Amino acid sequence: MIAFFDTRKNPKLAWVGIALITLALLLLPFAAALVGTAWVRVLNFALLYIMLALGLNIVVGFAGLLDLGYIAFYAVGAYVYALLASPHFGLHWPFWVVLPIGAMVACLFGVLLGAPTLKLRGDYLAIVTLGFGEIIRIFLNNLNTPVNITNGPQGINLIDPFSFGSFSFSRNEKIAGIDFSGPQKYYFLLLAITVLIIVINVRLQNSRLGRAWEAIREDEVAAQAMGINTRNVKLLAFAMGASFAGVAGGMFSATQAFVSPESFGLFESIIVLSMVVLGGMGNIPGVILGAVLLTVFPEFLRYTMEPLQSQLFGRVIVAAETVRLLVFGIALVAVMLYRPAGLWPSEVRKRELTREDNGAAK
Amino acid sequence: MSETLLDAKELSKRFGGVQALSEVGFSIRQGEIYGLIGPNGAGKTSLFNVLTGIYQPESGSVGFCGKSLLGLKPNQVAERGIARTFQNIRLFANLSALENVMIGRHVRTRAGVFGAIFRDAGTLAEERAIERRAVELLHYVGIADRANDLARHLPYGDQRRLEIARALATEPRLLALDEPAAGMNATETRELRTLLGGIRDDGTTILLIEHDMKLVMNLCDRVLVLDYGRKIAEAAAAEIQRDPKVIAAYLGGEVETAGAAKGTAQ
Repeated sequence: MIAFFDTRKNPKLAWVGIALITLALLLLPFAAALVGTAWVRVLNFALLYIMLALGLNIVVGFAGLLDLGYIAFYAVGAYVYALLASPHFGLHWPFWVVLPIGAMVACLFGVLLGAPTLKLRGDYLAIVTLGFGEIIRIFLNNLNTPVNITNGPQGINLIDPFSFGSFSFSRNEKIAGIDFSGPQKYYFLLLAITVLIIVINVRLQNSRLGRAWEAIREDEVAAQAMGINTRNVKLLAFAMGASFAGVAGGMFSATQAFVSPESFGLFESIIVLSMVVLGGMGNIPGVILGAVLLTVFPEFLRYTMEPLQSQLFGRVIVAAETVRLLVFGIALVAVMLYRPAGLWPSEVRKRELTREDNGAAK
Repeated sequence: MSETLLDAKELSKRFGGVQALSEVGFSIRQGEIYGLIGPNGAGKTSLFNVLTGIYQPESGSVGFCGKSLLGLKPNQVAERGIARTFQNIRLFANLSALENVMIGRHVRTRAGVFGAIFRDAGTLAEERAIERRAVELLHYVGIADRANDLARHLPYGDQRRLEIARALATEPRLLALDEPAAGMNATETRELRTLLGGIRDDGTTILLIEHDMKLVMNLCDRVLVLDYGRKIAEAAAAEIQRDPKVIAAYLGGEVETAGAAKGTAQ
């Protein structure tokens, strides 16, 4: 599969493959719109979850630090955007200013969480991060008194959509003879940012830093004995993972135009972690696959289960929501039983070696 | 072969009621192979862990190249130039052999987040140099043909060699090996002897914990013997074999002349 995209070994096949995928990704929102506008939104959510899952993959997949409160950084990014670009404070800063701020604030929170947990591993780390995630959510829920910062459980409404001057991402518009709906415009923006995040992830993994993360995951004592400053490298993993979530959070705010604390519960953290684990921890294509499956598949069930039951039994016996969670659970158990390393686990990264080695490795 | 590389004085370390090390002092000279032997539980690995910063001693001092190592973290010790292997092999099991050695280059290279993301010319050159050096080291220890295999798929003897290659990648001035021949057959041990001799001849000083006495006697210039956390002898390999206290520690107190063995509790 990877060989299919290897531009060095098999350039012709690889470029054809890349061209086909690009074309498919460009046509996807229009195909989805034929089925229903809701499906374009599902695609956008899939892209948001890819960003989140890739960020969490840095912490869990590369550095091996189990983080159950990851959604907190998503919440931080979402609220930073909501506060700086909505009538709530009367601020309407442009998105290209707010998104980097959101990433930086989330990054700061990543370090805040990372610093006290440096000596914790496994279960203990999981419990602390879980607590951290809840603390953030509860803060968001209660910071409406004495000074109203987050507007509490009501959340923040009427958040600005992304816009460049008079070009707004939320409006329907005809560009170059093609009709674009708001969600379709967002799709292309999200796609561009997702591709950027994927490139950054791939490059990080195949770097000195990426190797240091993997060394810590494999054996922290040995990593430190080999001269890796485990404290800094772990903090960096938390910071990088959190900043991706911060970006995704800002995008979430803008596409929904509304945020409230209940979007950032423990269940969301668990879903994102499931994407990473189910797809294949530490393997970027696997994590992307996991994110897409776990976003699209439940939606697919939501749209098919009730009509299917009406067809078979003449009436709806079990509500779609119930079936959705049930099938979801069974699928997770099955994957963990039969493919414990995930649907698309990482392979050994083989490097081309010649005797005098000219450094031609990928 | 006279300059002192590592100088330890009166090192003590206690774990609860167990005195793992009591006032152990010794010095390793530049360019020698220095053996560390003793019965099981004598404190050899504890001494290793104190030297490499994993434990901090309660008292005593360690000087390396004239500077104190006390209070340094293991990664700082590695930066100063001491690399180690582990008694129970600790490789990065799910990474390839080559990547294991490349990680050893971490401490001598610089690229950070921005270098990784933007891949500027400097970073790319550094990456190529890391890989080139790692391949050289795999050739050096003789497992270059397994470069792309996962570390955990290598046979036992090759894993030991890989651990040595990874340690050498940090450019150590002192290579500390914790029982490198454990579990090896006679042929593998012989090859290991050649390898270690070669490493010494190429200028790296070696500190060797080993139970294989033949290997120790053939390879080591000088030997330190520990028993119950105490230094009981430090001398040239040939003399150690005749030292009554050493024989007593290994074979039991009353076997040899009682006078010479006094003070060595059984």
